[in-house]
Amino acid sequence: MSVSPTAAKSLSVSIRGLAQSYGALQVLKELDLDIPDGEFLVLLGPSGCGKSTLLNCIAGLLEPTNGQVFIKGKNVTWEEPSKRGIGMVFQSYALYPQMTVERNMSFGLRVSGMNKVEIEQRVKRASEILQLEPLLQRKPMQLSGGQRQRVAIGRALVRDVDVFLFDEPLSNLDAKLRAELRVEIKRLHQRLGNTMIYVTHDQIEAMTLADRIAVMKGGTIQQLADPMTIYSKPINRYVAGFIGSPSMNFIKATLGGTIKAPTVEVSGQKLDVSDYAFAGMAPIGSAIEFGARPEHINILRGKDTKAKGVFDAVVELVEPMGSDTLVWLELGKQKISIRVESSQIMRPGEHVGVQFRVKQASLFDAQSGERL
Amino acid sequence: MSNIVSNPIIPSGPKPKKFITTERAVVYSVLCICAAFFLFPLYIMVITSLKDLDGIRYGNIFVPTLHPSLGAWNKALFHACTGLYCQGILPGFWNSCKITGPSVIVSIAVASVTGYSLANWPFKFSEGFFTVLLVSSFIPYVVMLYPLVLITRWLGIYSTLPAVILVHTIFGLPILTLLFRNYFSSLPQELFKAARVDGAGYWRIFFQVFAPMSIPIFTVAVILQVTGIWNDFLFGVIYAGPTNYPMTVQLNNIVNSMEGVKEYNVDMAATILTGIVPLSIYFFSGKYFVRGIAAGAVKG
Repeated sequence: MSVSPTAAKSLSVSIRGLAQSYGALQVLKELDLDIPDGEFLVLLGPSGCGKSTLLNCIAGLLEPTNGQVFIKGKNVTWEEPSKRGIGMVFQSYALYPQMTVERNMSFGLRVSGMNKVEIEQRVKRASEILQLEPLLQRKPMQLSGGQRQRVAIGRALVRDVDVFLFDEPLSNLDAKLRAELRVEIKRLHQRLGNTMIYVTHDQIEAMTLADRIAVMKGGTIQQLADPMTIYSKPINRYVAGFIGSPSMNFIKATLGGTIKAPTVEVSGQKLDVSDYAFAGMAPIGSAIEFGARPEHINILRGKDTKAKGVFDAVVELVEPMGSDTLVWLELGKQKISIRVESSQIMRPGEHVGVQFRVKQASLFDAQSGERL
Repeated sequence: MSNIVSNPIIPSGPKPKKFITTERAVVYSVLCICAAFFLFPLYIMVITSLKDLDGIRYGNIFVPTLHPSLGAWNKALFHACTGLYCQGILPGFWNSCKITGPSVIVSIAVASVTGYSLANWPFKFSEGFFTVLLVSSFIPYVVMLYPLVLITRWLGIYSTLPAVILVHTIFGLPILTLLFRNYFSSLPQELFKAARVDGAGYWRIFFQVFAPMSIPIFTVAVILQVTGIWNDFLFGVIYAGPTNYPMTVQLNNIVNSMEGVKEYNVDMAATILTGIVPLSIYFFSGKYFVRGIAAGAVKG
């Protein structure tokens, strides 16, 4: 076969030109991905973006149409799932309903013909880590959703695998449990230090858990970077809109001024953007979108509203969330949302000033959606 | 004014219901009529089988006898004549057992594994194979009777027990495979994937993961096959051969044997004896049957 990837020793999983298609429908398009040892990688995207397909290809549950999968430097493209050194946790837990927790966890070991003493030790260790000891003799039916998911993790844990694969493991749980188990998974990763690949459509899970996030769309990776980079410097409008809740404001504007002192014109008013770190330049006069997160905009009241670079806006709606308040404003004809401290009381109809923090903003080409 | 206010009912808690509504009355009366329609013949059969011939001749058909006896049952079981032999219907009972047992076991074993393969291990033409199977389950039996006679003769088993077992097994396969395939498809796919990640292979997944979850559908299959094969007349009379005639064929011979007097009480007893196996199967496993059918229906 072809050359194995460079620096294979420090890489845990690497994917070369992986493609998957069903007839004319291309789910994955010639994908390359390198995951270093011990990394927590999150594949993030809406349903149908190919993230689960990618995970299934890594697990060996799906045969790729093209390309190779390497785990620990070994080409496992044609290997059986059980021979790849992976453990997988599914959204629906996929516990064997007729077996007790103990037998669920030990099933894979029994299949491999391991001796009983060793099986017992491993199950004991895993159940200690996951606090499952009191539940070992129960059937899955008698467990809560969170406990079931812990058993599913335990099933991967006992097999002492190199790579953990999570396929939306928290999506079937209610919000409170999801937050709890999220922390547990992060703790587990810190403790074990295994490579973990985690598929989700939930951007909060992605932000909180990941060392790196791969934002996917239409079978390709849009951006692969650490969470803060993805959050603060999204590579295109799609990534910017997908990450962050409430989502980023996109304000239609035109690029003005000169190359040296560029400005952005929003509904006839000019905003100096010479502080902005441009990634690429569009011709002066072209249509752009000015992206600003709700927490990166200041609201000014009183005499400050007349200062330079401050836009006039009208409060339309107020959403108090306890920890902070989301204020919806009308800026010209465009609607934007701003996050303010909950101590600030706003009334619908009030005129306020809006000041954008240009350094933290993101500018996108209106046509291509690429970051400027 | 005052007479309206005198006894005010303030709505609170559950709304009072009428003892019986018109809808209920209609439903119950229809159900009672249906039940009577099916139970009445059974009643006639039971009371007639307990009468002696004089009681039948001179008594009213609807009135039970004052001197019930099991003589007719005894004769039906051990002495009634089927053609030349007068051993009762008991040999037929054993023949039916010998035919039904292996047919049920083999057909369910083959169909469950086939259904599992079609649902979880798709091969190149599995969809086409399934379509053929589906279509073939709607072909009328009579079309295949004579070709099967030739085939079993060619195999050298015509007119023997293996022939009739083979035919029952083959004819049970399409519908059973359909049943099992749909049931296995309705089981979560992730369970299958999890077992594969755990290293389980084709047979281990079937026996240790899927089969224990499939008790309802196995129950349905057993009921369908036992009642279907036990009640069969046609295949038994064609392929089994006279020494292996199943109970249904023996019953027909008893009822149609003419030797002077028509012994209605013996005929009735023999008929009840023949019907008792499927009847008791439904009686004892009806709960599981309904549950199994429902489980399949809800999950698609």
